[in-house]
Amino acid sequence: MNFRDQLSVKPWVAQRGLVPSSRGFSAATPKVTLGVFLCIASVLFGLFIAAYFIRMGYADWQSIPVPALLWLNTVILIASSIALQWASVSARRENPEGVKLGLYVGGGCTLVFFVGQWLAWQQLQELGYFVYSNPSNGFFYMLTTVHALHLFGGLVAWVRATSRVHRSKEIALSRMILELCAIYWHFLLLVWLVLFGLLLAT
Amino acid sequence: MAITDVAHDAVDYVRPAEVAEEELYHPKTWLGKYVFSQDAKIIALQYSMTAMAVGLIALVLSVLMRLQLGFPGVFSFITPDAYIQFVTMHGMIMVIYLLTALFLGGFGNYLIPLMVGARDMVFPYVNMISYWIYLFAVILLLASFFVPGGPTGAGWTLYPPQTILPGTPGADWGILLMLVSLAFFVIGFTMGGLNYVVTVLQARTRGMTLMRMPLTVWGIFTATVLALFAFPALFVAAIMMTLDSVIGTSFFMPAIVSMGQTLDYSGGSPVLFQHLFWFFGHPEVYIVALPAFGIISELISVHARKNIFGYRLMVWAIVVIGGLSFIVWAHHMYVSGMNPYFGFFFATTTLIIAVPTAIKVYNWVLTLWRGNIKLTVPMLFAIGFVFTFINGGLTGIFLGNVIVDVPLSDTYFVVAHFHMVMAVSPVLAVFGAVYHWYPKITGRMLHEGMGKFHFWVTFVGLYCIYYPMHYLGIMGVPRRYYANEGSTGLPDWIPESAQVLNAGISIAAIVVASVQLVFLYNLAVSTTRGKRAGDNPWGATTLEWQTSTTPPTHGNFGKELPSVYRWAYDYSVPGAKDDFIPQNVPAGQETGDAR
Repeated sequence: MNFRDQLSVKPWVAQRGLVPSSRGFSAATPKVTLGVFLCIASVLFGLFIAAYFIRMGYADWQSIPVPALLWLNTVILIASSIALQWASVSARRENPEGVKLGLYVGGGCTLVFFVGQWLAWQQLQELGYFVYSNPSNGFFYMLTTVHALHLFGGLVAWVRATSRVHRSKEIALSRMILELCAIYWHFLLLVWLVLFGLLLAT
Repeated sequence: MAITDVAHDAVDYVRPAEVAEEELYHPKTWLGKYVFSQDAKIIALQYSMTAMAVGLIALVLSVLMRLQLGFPGVFSFITPDAYIQFVTMHGMIMVIYLLTALFLGGFGNYLIPLMVGARDMVFPYVNMISYWIYLFAVILLLASFFVPGGPTGAGWTLYPPQTILPGTPGADWGILLMLVSLAFFVIGFTMGGLNYVVTVLQARTRGMTLMRMPLTVWGIFTATVLALFAFPALFVAAIMMTLDSVIGTSFFMPAIVSMGQTLDYSGGSPVLFQHLFWFFGHPEVYIVALPAFGIISELISVHARKNIFGYRLMVWAIVVIGGLSFIVWAHHMYVSGMNPYFGFFFATTTLIIAVPTAIKVYNWVLTLWRGNIKLTVPMLFAIGFVFTFINGGLTGIFLGNVIVDVPLSDTYFVVAHFHMVMAVSPVLAVFGAVYHWYPKITGRMLHEGMGKFHFWVTFVGLYCIYYPMHYLGIMGVPRRYYANEGSTGLPDWIPESAQVLNAGISIAAIVVASVQLVFLYNLAVSTTRGKRAGDNPWGATTLEWQTSTTPPTHGNFGKELPSVYRWAYDYSVPGAKDDFIPQNVPAGQETGDAR
């Protein structure tokens, strides 16, 4: 019985008895939790973007030039996402070497992405595009910071995953956390592509 | 998605599950058990006590405000700046740090695992962290009383530009502490809220289908979903306002001359802030109201010994109200000006929300109809809630209309309206809930005499406070004013009699505030001297009353988790031995001893 049908049950006339399987989604609880969290994060970024569009409509808005470096950063983030997916797939195939390689490349690329974003900030500041100079600049610095903070939170999970992979002899025990890391990175890659597209288009 | 709920292929009896008790974290020290506890019940008490403590501060602030309004000029320590600071802190504390924290962090933590038959929240450690972040947010907020300039006096809505302009009290430190505190509150709540939602979705015991869940859980669950999606708007607004204030960005701050000086801001949009604030602010009304709706449904059904009328509609009404609450926010902004078509849209959606709300009211009344009504203290508060919510809801229909709202918007009519729906009603639900569940939490009954005294003085007193405010509002008495020209402290166009009414309101407010001491005394004394409650003093059907020990121990249900065989409202079922059949009684055993 699907979710909608379930909500149309009349419990006062339904047969009294035990429903053997009444738990929620078939997905594992951590995955459901991550799903809910990603919905919340989507709302957060959605609201920032809505505010961006509304503020854009005012006369003092001057679009910020997008540093070419951001293209490279985007490629690096895509690489980190692919690497973590590789780690997750390797865990399913019980290939410990693949897991470690995926984790190290994924984490390393993420750190390089941070450096790249910081360098992009430096370039803009050298050109005189300070955070307070124009609302467009303010949004750029704020959105990249919020995105980076989310990625940093992901790195905390990445550290736990790496430590678990090293401690545990059975790679299967790390399967869930690796899958969650990969999903989270894909999500943040998607958010970055939307933000980058927004900056390019406006 | 493989959610199953198939009443028609249900089986009569399955051996209860012995589940994962050993997976719980068992603290080894006193600190681990009572301070840094991961048990949702302890966390619930921590949330509740912190919320009530900070709520008491807000109550004192409201009395100080009433002293100024009732007797202007008598209390010299209440300066204009102090008055507006009291208004601001009272509003923010009551709405967010008391009511949201108490309903979701307090009742949510205590009741969700027990009512759905879980051992604990799904992520107890994250749950614990959530409380400590909340406490940190409260400390930050209260710290603003001790910084130079004091707390912010921007009004609880924190509208720019005046919020961060010189001349507004607390424009330097107070507002920063408020914004940072709000940001931490949102982070802490998100951690807790994720737990509440996922616990309801994933950790229900066998047989506890969605449509067998008590309405209290439905109310808290839906309110949490609302909060998880609405609080990000407050977070975004707080971050952007902080940047405007500290770094000098112009997200919200327009080009402005302040005290003869042209400031560096340019072109920002104060209305953008208002949109973000109310995108959070209106759902916030229902974040507080939906748990109250659920709780009241529970109290009315239990204490009228009758199944809730229209359970399925009650669930749908909660969900529909939750959904609609996201598309009505701009009715708080009619006076800011908007395209007339938007005004029409928001007025229409606002009025539509009255439909599911009215369904709930009818269902409560029809549950009471020909019920075996026990006028216990929780029932008194529940009936008080229904009265009050109808009153507040009706004035909401006035204010939802643009043409009526515009002249009334800045008057005491609005104060009266939102206090009836947003303050008095939820607080009555809180009191009813405390009197109802206190026996489970402590194992003792609260003193009934003191409880009834507390109810009647509070209920009548609150009406003495807020009914006259409607008249003041219609007369045009402006809200937020400290004092004006004239001996009465009111604008010249207001008649002297309004001040008499104001003084009366203040006296009623002082009485109502004082009688809360009786409640606190009752709470404290009854923990040791209250009558022993037993496991199920009200004869209720839901799982929290079926625990083997009272108060429930860590893990809630001993070795075996209960299995659920029926919905939560089998009261006065013909042929049953008792006038209630607990949810964990299998089919065919109703005629035995249901206890």
